Amino acid sequence: MFLFCQGALPLAQDHSTHQLPPDARRHSHESAGLGTVGQPAPGGNIDLTTYLTAWNFSNLPQGEREKFYRETSLGNGKVLREYRFYMVNKEIEIAPGVVFPAWTYNGQVPGPTIRATMGDRIRIRFLNQGDRPHTIHFHGFHPEEMDGSDPSQFVLPGEEFVYEFDADPVGVHLYHCHSLPLTQHIHKGLYGVYIVDPKVPRPPARELIMMMNGFDTNFDEENEIYAVNTFAFYYVHHPIQVRKDELVRIYLVNILEFDMINSFHVHAHFFNEYRTGTLSVPNNYTDTVALAQAERSILEMRFRYPGHFMFHAHKTEFAEKGWHGMFEVKD
Amino acid sequence: MAKMSEPTGSGVPQPRGRWPLAITILGPLALTALLVVLFIAVGPLGVLRDGIPPVEELAVTRITLLPDEFLLDIVNDGPDPVTIAQVLVNDAYWQFKIDPGKTIPRLGKAQVRIRYPWEPGSAQHVTFLTSTGVTVPVEIPVATPTPRPTPRFLGMFAMLGVYVGVIPVFLGILWLPFLKRITPGTYQFFLALTVGLLVFLGFDALVESLEAAEKTPGIYRGVGLAIVGLLGTFLILSAIGQRAKSSAAGRGDEDSQRLMLAYSIAFGIGVHNLGEGLAIGGAYAAGEMTLGALLVLGFMIHNVTEGVAIVAPVARGEVALRHLAGLGLLAGAPTILGTWTGAFSFSAIWAVLFLAVGAGAVLQVVFTITRSMIRSSATPLFSTGNVAGFLCGLGVMYATGFLAAA
Repeated sequence: MFLFCQGALPLAQDHSTHQLPPDARRHSHESAGLGTVGQPAPGGNIDLTTYLTAWNFSNLPQGEREKFYRETSLGNGKVLREYRFYMVNKEIEIAPGVVFPAWTYNGQVPGPTIRATMGDRIRIRFLNQGDRPHTIHFHGFHPEEMDGSDPSQFVLPGEEFVYEFDADPVGVHLYHCHSLPLTQHIHKGLYGVYIVDPKVPRPPARELIMMMNGFDTNFDEENEIYAVNTFAFYYVHHPIQVRKDELVRIYLVNILEFDMINSFHVHAHFFNEYRTGTLSVPNNYTDTVALAQAERSILEMRFRYPGHFMFHAHKTEFAEKGWHGMFEVKD
Repeated sequence: MAKMSEPTGSGVPQPRGRWPLAITILGPLALTALLVVLFIAVGPLGVLRDGIPPVEELAVTRITLLPDEFLLDIVNDGPDPVTIAQVLVNDAYWQFKIDPGKTIPRLGKAQVRIRYPWEPGSAQHVTFLTSTGVTVPVEIPVATPTPRPTPRFLGMFAMLGVYVGVIPVFLGILWLPFLKRITPGTYQFFLALTVGLLVFLGFDALVESLEAAEKTPGIYRGVGLAIVGLLGTFLILSAIGQRAKSSAAGRGDEDSQRLMLAYSIAFGIGVHNLGEGLAIGGAYAAGEMTLGALLVLGFMIHNVTEGVAIVAPVARGEVALRHLAGLGLLAGAPTILGTWTGAFSFSAIWAVLFLAVGAGAVLQVVFTITRSMIRSSATPLFSTGNVAGFLCGLGVMYATGFLAAA
């Protein structure tokens, strides 16, 4: 009888973490609580701290960068910006130990950020190294043949297409694949941020790029992982460094599939929201914004207090499934 | 029974063959081994598996709820190794520890420990997220602290077993004087009633065994185990009965034959009651206190009828008091073991086996009684009295079963 009556033995409970000072507890990965277990594996995606502040391949060393990005002056203060994009299937890490078979632009999710000044000429040579038709579809003014949405415009495996148009209008925009089925092509990872600066530059600021995304890992048309910039809880473990009182400008884009709406909330502070970034006057002074898919905003704020301040989706389910980060504000 | 021919005498032809005996036995075995080796080495497995994602399956064998902590024992019952990358509790990623490691080989076991401030009485959902993104949900319908085998709890569950199993069976046995008094015709009615009771119990146990089999991890082959338990018990008890009958018949001892039958019934009912105990203990362990309380009342009334079934075969002869005590304990006491097992280490696989063994034992007794009724009765098997008795037996079980069906 007692052969199979293995009652649970009393277990020593470790309460030690509860006696640690708050700061030590925050950094302790031993404590029980919200979050994932483990660290990101190297090479699982682009470095996501770098992603926050990289555009036009500025994250690459000069020699390497030239292969993907080139600037040529066109006179009148206008610049021709030439990009090389390629589509490649790649397994990326979306939480410690969780691998997602992504479809990527240039091997990263989100794709590389494109940034130009109003009126610049943008030329993107796109090579499809995948195994099915893909495109790049830009939000912004462009002629019909540059739309990348009609099946006749799909770029077949092994083929190239050059997208060319003027940067317009000013604001924070996005690009994504428009092949069919559309939901699949977007949620597998084919999207990125496209910023158009005004001719008179915005005031200098600490600028951060944030793509709110998610991943359905088990094909149930619901996201198992939510994040800002792909990796669950990444900025909890790698807090975003900002200075007290400096202007912080966030280019926030929502690409989330399957859920109706996403949101952004920052603790203890308020920000100006410029919806789509197209106008120079703020639409809102708040600490929470909600965005539907493809909606985006520029947020401007100054941290008044030093310390650690959370930012996360205020749809708390998303926050607890990975869309959750931390600012570390220093004097 | 036909006697097996034994090749001993000179008149019997000797088996012959060109090959030595050892080769005729081991040859096919060796060739089978060779086939396996060749198939793994050069067979089409590689082609079949090419490009097909791994099949990831996990089964939870036990859930233990401690204050602010879940312990989940899991087994990988799929064909491929599984790596548990993350764990969700109630739709939130939560810190966890897994022992011995995150990657569980095929048929491997692991224990996941999650510190979580769960609220007693609420439903809890734990989801494992594997390295490939597969989710394995686990539901805890009503979270209550898992009882620990302290003397107090052991005593409490023992008392429960006594109330449910032992006392009701003895109450049923108290009908023995009545059964002794009745006319042979009425007795025949009660014998048929006993068969009705037992048929109901047997099928009930079999169905429950198969239901439990569905809840067990696939690798345990629950339905197969149920069939082994059912037929194995039936055949073993038949063989024992045959031997006992032969020796008793040699002594012309009818009482001991009847006693043997009574013990068979008591054994079958005992194993059946072990299953009832498992259900009660399991309900308490799963936090379904109300269900547990209803089950206790239901089984209590239901089990009185089992006492009648045990003593019906011995009512025509003499039976010592110690045998009555033994019969009652054999039938009732396993309930106590059942409640303990159910409360402290409920594993569906044991439920499958016990319930199937109980079904096999009970149906074997049905077979024995029916056969004796065919052979010895003055009345035909399908007499009005017999059929009425049988149907009454079924009806009584059905009606009292309502009380236990919560």
